[in-house]
Amino acid sequence: MRRLRFLVAAILIGVAPILSLAVEPDEILDDPVLEARAREISAQVRCVVCQNESIDTSNAGIARDLRILIRERLVAGDTDQEIFDFLVARYGDFVLLKPPFKPETWALWFAPFVIAAAGAAGIFVLVRRVNRRAAAGPGQLSEEELAQIEKIIQNEKAEADS
Amino acid sequence: MKRFLLFLPLVVALGIGAFALWGLWADRNPKEVPSALISKPAPEFDLPPIPGVDVPGLKRADLTAGGPPVLVNVFASWCVPCKAEHAVLSRLVKEKGVVLYGINYKNKAEDARNWLADLGNPYSRIGFDLSGRVAIEWGLTGVPETFIVRGDGTVVYRYVGPIVGADAQKKVMSALREAGWKEAGK
Amino acid sequence: MIPEIGHLALALALGVALVQSTIPMIGASRGNLTWMQLGTTTALVQFVLVLIAFAALMWAFVVSDFTVLNVVANSHSLKPMIFKIAGTWGSHEGSLLLWVLILTIFGGGVALFGANIPDALRARTLSVQGWISVGFLSFMLFTSNPFTRVPNPPLDGNDMNPLLQDIGIALHPPFLYLGYVGFSIVFSFAVAALIEGRIDAAWARWVRPWTLAAWTLLTAGIVLGSWWAYYELGWGGWWFWDPVENVSFMPWLVGTALLHSAIVVEKRDAFKSWTILLAILTFSLSLLGTFVVRSGVLTSVHAFATDPARGFYILLLLVIAVGGSLALFAWRAPAMEGGGLYRPVSRETGLLINNLLLTTAAATVLFGTLYPLVLEALTREKISVGPPYYNASFVPVMLPMVILAGIGPFLSWKRADLGGIADRLKWAAVVALGVGIVTWYVTTNGPILAALALLTATFLLISSVQEWAWRIKLGQVPLSEAMRRARNLPRAHYGMTLAHAGLGVLIFGFVGSTAWKSEVTTFAEAGTRVEIAGFDLTFRGAEDVKGPNYIATRGILEVEKDGKSITTLYPERRNYTIAGSSTTESSIYSTPAGDLYTSIREPADENIRDKWTLRVVYEPLVGLIWLGSALLMLGGLLSLSDRRLRVGAPARKKRRTAMAPTPAE
Repeated sequence: MRRLRFLVAAILIGVAPILSLAVEPDEILDDPVLEARAREISAQVRCVVCQNESIDTSNAGIARDLRILIRERLVAGDTDQEIFDFLVARYGDFVLLKPPFKPETWALWFAPFVIAAAGAAGIFVLVRRVNRRAAAGPGQLSEEELAQIEKIIQNEKAEADS
Repeated sequence: MKRFLLFLPLVVALGIGAFALWGLWADRNPKEVPSALISKPAPEFDLPPIPGVDVPGLKRADLTAGGPPVLVNVFASWCVPCKAEHAVLSRLVKEKGVVLYGINYKNKAEDARNWLADLGNPYSRIGFDLSGRVAIEWGLTGVPETFIVRGDGTVVYRYVGPIVGADAQKKVMSALREAGWKEAGK
Repeated sequence: MIPEIGHLALALALGVALVQSTIPMIGASRGNLTWMQLGTTTALVQFVLVLIAFAALMWAFVVSDFTVLNVVANSHSLKPMIFKIAGTWGSHEGSLLLWVLILTIFGGGVALFGANIPDALRARTLSVQGWISVGFLSFMLFTSNPFTRVPNPPLDGNDMNPLLQDIGIALHPPFLYLGYVGFSIVFSFAVAALIEGRIDAAWARWVRPWTLAAWTLLTAGIVLGSWWAYYELGWGGWWFWDPVENVSFMPWLVGTALLHSAIVVEKRDAFKSWTILLAILTFSLSLLGTFVVRSGVLTSVHAFATDPARGFYILLLLVIAVGGSLALFAWRAPAMEGGGLYRPVSRETGLLINNLLLTTAAATVLFGTLYPLVLEALTREKISVGPPYYNASFVPVMLPMVILAGIGPFLSWKRADLGGIADRLKWAAVVALGVGIVTWYVTTNGPILAALALLTATFLLISSVQEWAWRIKLGQVPLSEAMRRARNLPRAHYGMTLAHAGLGVLIFGFVGSTAWKSEVTTFAEAGTRVEIAGFDLTFRGAEDVKGPNYIATRGILEVEKDGKSITTLYPERRNYTIAGSSTTESSIYSTPAGDLYTSIREPADENIRDKWTLRVVYEPLVGLIWLGSALLMLGGLLSLSDRRLRVGAPARKKRRTAMAPTPAE
């Protein structure tokens, strides 16, 4: 563990990132459309020497190099995808803040939908069951349940009037 | 079904706990970025020598010439841990006969020259990467960083941080042997 | 001497917590009243002891006692007094002590104000709270003692991370923990109910004020952290979807769901086991947050002193607390199914969908946060999950929830009239649609999500006001009658209206400051002019200023609008010499329409001298984020002050018998 910390400290000495504004005036492109694309792309590229930041907000040297590199390639006519591919070839999928859609990340991308769908199905089943019991009418309710409903109604009335 | 659903939160929580345990247990550095170059050919590059330093520059062709695997070490005079690593690398070259190439990262020529003059120069080739562009080709994440490249130009291993301490040296040496390197005289 | 008193108090507190965690619990199962009441005494004694320990540590910081390791590592004699005090919780050990202090505050609170809670439930609740105390007190005493002395005291300390020497971030942890840890008492109530095997409307009433208090404080904590990031980090961002932020956000989401589902338990005697589960999950996620922040298993931009060895201990606590309570849940939950019946179109169903969306949102954040770890464990492959993922997954889940928040309050319990509601809300829908379309049209090429978000927010705002007008029958009855009704509307209802409206306001702030931000970055020297969003700024050069423990360069920026001078801004670049790092202090001119945000730093290119990198950002509507958050908190406070939550015990005792255990199905 200690060794690990030493290593981390050592690397941090090599390049010490401090959060602050990042894009420098001398990096900005004259063409506002290309510049906007550059910003858009760099916001989606993770800085490889920082803790967890995009290169757009990082002051690390390599982040700046990558920002300049991206702009050079944009000027040379690269598409956004070509630039992402270029970066992935050198740094792996790790640099993409938006994880690529591939078998390993299917679970990640489908999770929200699967959870929502499962929950919706659960609610559907529950509501239908409760609805059946409600539709069956008060005759199906036990004395206790009736008393309880009565109590609740009274409580609500009391509250509404208070 | 209902029983199962009631147990679901527990199962999920224990699953998360297992992964958390792995995260603590595994010998991993959460901050380390895996190299995308492993088992791939070394990138295309051609770097001049450091002006005023008496070793040739470094280019891709130097790594594909065949022969034993080599160490490619990225260093800079402004990098404090590099100094500690320098002694280890020098010893590897002198005592074990390892072939060591260097990439001098974002360094003023004068600073690099003085640094090498002070500490000695174990590198048989040094590429002068003032802009840091070639380092990006290598997927550099910090200085120092060391790659092992086989004679056919395939990158087989990368070590992040200074190769200091017995553990780090053992790792690098065993990776070097695995790449087909044999100690001189054996 | 004083640090030793603190240490002793902590050790004693552990002893008291051990008693608290066992005796009342046994008393409750045996029906021994004396044993049960021991819970109240021990909870209060424990609170006093931890308070003494906390005061002792604070004292060491205030007088700069550099014989204490923690003070050496996190303070300096020149540091301003307020940050010396804040230094108490600025380190791992100190913040853990704050954590435990808050744990005992809530335990003590229930002991003090819980006279109307049945003895057995209170005893069990305090015992469970005692278990948590035992876990964290022992963790602190065995691995993270804040009172460790230094054998050879240095003359001065190492100072605190300068980014943290700021009032926003100094107050952030106390509020965040009050929220985070405040949910512990709700957790304890839930576990106690599971042990008791009984949950009823009265239970929900006792738990509600604590949930509300914790939720309001957590909201405050998150907002303070966001606000700090906004003005301190130098580029006007306020949320980064960083793991450390996410782990504070998940308890908030699930806590919000809990707040809503508990209402159903209270009013309709339904959703019981689900509410218990939410109570357990909220605090479990808080614990997960503590683990993630302190163990270092995930990388975060917010630097923390992390240590895997401590991570093991917290993980152990987590497994016991979370695993134990969830196992108990799986075992006992079948015994607590509720009775309340309702139709598919009803407030109950509306709140079910609300809960579904909130928990799905929380699960999405959890998935995104932990997925890199899971994938690395399974395949050794590393990926990053950043803001683009959350924008694509979290936001779409939240948009329907915002719409639902507008419709929900109109729904009546048991059976609602959807046609009537649609009729009432048609104009709100039309206006919202109009706002959405206009937004989308005006900002061509603009993000479609921005237009959609504004659409939902507009709908929520209008329908919230409409709902209030409908409740008081504004326009249907004479004005005086409407006013009487407005006065009689319970405060909790106003709380809901305010909080819902606050959410709508927040969204306007989110969208304005992300989608329509404009920005100028330039090298500035004396005389440099910048034009942005109708403002003319002139850089008048930079001057050196000296602070107590830093030296700074301060830029002078004159701001004009339409030729008239408005204000002068002074962004600073500070260099903390002792801590050895620099911070950017932005300077902001706030208007209702937006913030003019300025900051300076030295150029990255060392060859550029005598110039400054000046960044001017115009953030439209960003003030609405803070306003909306304030409304959320105000809504929480207003609900908390509702007298129905405070009314005397007799009424409730009666109700309790009336609502006695519902037979299982």
